[in-house]
Amino acid sequence: MFDPSRPYAVHPQVALRPEPFGALAYHYGNRRLVFLKHNALVALVRSLGDHPTVDAALDDAIGTGALSLRQRSSYLKALASLAASDVLCAREEL
Amino acid sequence: MPQSPASTTAAAPRLVDQLKSGLDAPICLTWELTYACNLECVHCLSSSGRRDPRELTTAECKAVIDELHDLQVFYVNIGGGEPMVRRDFFELLDYSVSRGVGVKFSTNGYFIDAEKARRLTATDYIDVQISLDGADAATNDAVRGVGSYDAARTAMDHLAAAGFGPFKISVVVTRQNIPQLPAFEAIADSYGAQLRLTRLRPSGRGADVWNDLHPTNAQQRDLYRFLIDRPNILTGDSFFHLSALGESLPGLNLCGAGRVVCLIDPIGDVYACPFVLHDEFRAGSVRDRGGFTSVWRESELFVGLREPQSPGACASCGSYDACGGGCMAAKFFTGLPLDAPDPECVWGNADDLLAAVDPTTLPSNGPGHSKLPKIATSTAGPAVSTNVTLKPTRHRVVVSSS
Repeated sequence: MFDPSRPYAVHPQVALRPEPFGALAYHYGNRRLVFLKHNALVALVRSLGDHPTVDAALDDAIGTGALSLRQRSSYLKALASLAASDVLCAREEL
Repeated sequence: MPQSPASTTAAAPRLVDQLKSGLDAPICLTWELTYACNLECVHCLSSSGRRDPRELTTAECKAVIDELHDLQVFYVNIGGGEPMVRRDFFELLDYSVSRGVGVKFSTNGYFIDAEKARRLTATDYIDVQISLDGADAATNDAVRGVGSYDAARTAMDHLAAAGFGPFKISVVVTRQNIPQLPAFEAIADSYGAQLRLTRLRPSGRGADVWNDLHPTNAQQRDLYRFLIDRPNILTGDSFFHLSALGESLPGLNLCGAGRVVCLIDPIGDVYACPFVLHDEFRAGSVRDRGGFTSVWRESELFVGLREPQSPGACASCGSYDACGGGCMAAKFFTGLPLDAPDPECVWGNADDLLAAVDPTTLPSNGPGHSKLPKIATSTAGPAVSTNVTLKPTRHRVVVSSS
């Protein structure tokens, strides 16, 4: 289960391709293609590896003004969905 | 094609609208490696048969793969002709995979023996699609040629024996094989394979057999329900015109031509999609200065396709948002304007227009590479192999491009 109090990162078999609307994420293992529909989400996803927890990454994005407090829950939901499709994985599992 | 978008957040332009305005690189690129083929299927989209002497060399193919790597095209759909007849097929396969460009390739299976099956199994990021257009030999071989059913099944046996895993069985849905959909499922299940159904197009030699092979409207409704009940069946998003019937089918439900998909043909010409090998939809060549990347990003044709398209005759139809007016290639090769309804519009909205099309004004079926008739001096009659019983509905002189 997705646990935002744990450290996450982009799955090592996933490539992110920048696009005008955000990015495409492709998982070479399960061959799934996922759309990241906001640039802010792409930045958040890329930053996960530098933070001790998902919550810390979200707090940091809010602190720098990249996200508003109101957007927190929708972005958390988006991250959970990305974890469910293995675009993200818990760092302990690497 | 992609799975349904998984990660969405608050209000933003609809993803389909963003995709319609084009991406920096295609998501899904089809690359026909050769026009050479040991078979001569009556519905071949690329009118394949004979190798074109201008075919891209191994070095040119590798340069294209390098470009795809730089563009982060994650995988390429390889087809033909029969791609495995190229002597450098495995060299290109290995090179592509080593550059992070996964390969899905379509084959008739003739060249997958036990050793090749083991080799494919040993390579990562390879998907194999074996074409099968009938669940029994009679139905399949009427379209694909005598012996092709047994050859495909033998290839499947080899892949299963080698432990390849879930390869794909790729079926072009026709009036004749729609009653066999459960039988296709059973064949796929027996191998642990994935069933893939795609739409017949009136493209290439498909134009000649369209009237006899394309599903009836009643069959289309059956197919729609079949697909809605089985979201795991792969379709390459090819039946989006059926989404007009109600709930959308899985996938993007849009015409991706020049926006998210395109085709590279064996001589390096770039077309808007795999179903429009015709001068009118040729955007350029990978041999042009700037290569594939420039063609994708700057060609007049592709830039034009990324502009908002007029709903035309479909403007007053309540289903337009669901089906987008259907398939550009299907309209073009049946003589309809590009803003007309799809020739297989489920509401029959194209029927009157189709009835009014003058058959002598239909577009040619593109850069044909059909095998020449046995009597070389013959200038009339279609170049279909003699083992095919379906009669073409139109006759064209086959012009050799070599």
